[in-house]
Amino acid sequence: MTTTTLDTGQTASFGYHDIPRLMSLMTGDEKHSTAATSTLDALWVLYDRVLRVSPAEFDSPERDRFLLSKGHGPMAYYAVLAAKGFLPASVLPTFGAYASPLGHHPDRTLVPGVEIGSGSLGHGLPIAVGTALGLRAQGRTDSRVWVLIGDAELDEGSNHEAIAYAGAAGLEQLHTLVIDNSSATHGWRGGIASRFEAAGWSATTVDGRDHEALYAAYTLPHPGRSHAVVARVEPK
Amino acid sequence: MDTMRERFTTITSQLLDQDPRLAVVLAEISRDRFQDTARTHPHRVINVGIREQLLIGAGSGLALAGMRPIMHTFASFLVERPFEQVKLDFGHQGLGGVLVSSSGSYDWPAGGFTHMAPGDVALMDTLDDWTIQVPGHPDEAETLLRQAAAAGDDRVYLRLSEQANATALPVDGNGFHTVRQGRRGVIVAVGPMLDNTLAAVEGLDVTVLYATTVRPFDDDALRSAAGATDAADVVLVEPYLAGTSTAAAGIALVDVPHRVLGLGVARRELRRYGSVKEHLAGQGLDPAGLRERITGFLWA
Repeated sequence: MTTTTLDTGQTASFGYHDIPRLMSLMTGDEKHSTAATSTLDALWVLYDRVLRVSPAEFDSPERDRFLLSKGHGPMAYYAVLAAKGFLPASVLPTFGAYASPLGHHPDRTLVPGVEIGSGSLGHGLPIAVGTALGLRAQGRTDSRVWVLIGDAELDEGSNHEAIAYAGAAGLEQLHTLVIDNSSATHGWRGGIASRFEAAGWSATTVDGRDHEALYAAYTLPHPGRSHAVVARVEPK
Repeated sequence: MDTMRERFTTITSQLLDQDPRLAVVLAEISRDRFQDTARTHPHRVINVGIREQLLIGAGSGLALAGMRPIMHTFASFLVERPFEQVKLDFGHQGLGGVLVSSSGSYDWPAGGFTHMAPGDVALMDTLDDWTIQVPGHPDEAETLLRQAAAAGDDRVYLRLSEQANATALPVDGNGFHTVRQGRRGVIVAVGPMLDNTLAAVEGLDVTVLYATTVRPFDDDALRSAAGATDAADVVLVEPYLAGTSTAAAGIALVDVPHRVLGLGVARRELRRYGSVKEHLAGQGLDPAGLRERITGFLWA
């Protein structure tokens, strides 16, 4: 069996306008549905302007961590990782193949730069809480932890354990990005941000396609509190 | 003598002083016993509240950040309730950590079935690459705890119980220990089952192996003990679900004609309260019950 190896040294640098082409290498489609790109702009702004992590330092203890909890539909994630040089574009066409490192749900042991394997919903936020606790215990208070979840993923009770605890513990290093494409069957009466606010988080809701609004939301100061950004995109 | 759980909190508190990589994650249970240590190490004694999915998920995140988490609560809430977190957040993520349970199969019988976890080891046995330790004495628990804390990024499940043997044996966290040798069969007694097993086989011509490390299963020890008896007849006496290690014994003896009897806690609920002693008798794990079934099997 051969396994595609990922040599992060052989990658070129791409821009935002290259992302659709990179996604096409996985999907074979030229155009992508809004569901497939629901995370795209939020991910791009995060990796392009906020996260302090690079292919050369993907395992540095000081890096910022991004945990993709909503592992379903990871094409935009892989495309952003390829654009930022974490993996070569040449591996993208292997998406989903037996020997490919790129599954329909990511596996951290197969892809450098992927912080967690995901797919089963409701695991990433509790893990992110622990990562923030671990960084704090080691005095690495400059490293930030980001976790991306979906509005339907928020149904999972494990998230609410994490939200309540992180709010009480005041984990300032912890950030949750909620991609809201209205896919939760029962919705969130009173809004998603209110769940976080009630637990003591800083929270803000923005247009998930507006790069400047996303950047402003990501960089909002939130001393002594965890921070949630709800990025609203087109309904699924 | 202190209990295994008391020894756990004492030793873990000392280990936190010595090893900056260690962190303890609690879900209220045993919180009081870590109060002083929490003042000394506020960032490494973490009580997440009554939130067991978070208990395991946060432990995973600590491991991801480079630390060694020790996660602790009653077995039913540590292994059974957040089982998918144990499976994915450690195994699938390729991370290490130490799970330390207490309360075992029926350490608090008056608490009823909600606080009993006879199936925990069988459940853990569906997962890859977990070392499972079942000490039979607080001294053994201490040895195995120290080992687990220092075991790099290994995954270890340490199952503590209020039930204990009168004296400790020198365990090394690795394989079975021969207690006595005989010709008619091999009895493997796990952890706190040793004293009752020895009482049950008094005067019988059998080998008794003592197991605290149940996974990995000591194939070599069982094979060589069984090879030294008249027939490869094996009785497993486990303090948790009956038959948990029957398949493992079968694998160890795959190339030898053999018989295996798995004794332990039955699937059916007794729906009784009372004492540990009454539950042992109710499960046929008291000396009389064990002797009857062991002799019935070996001298059938």
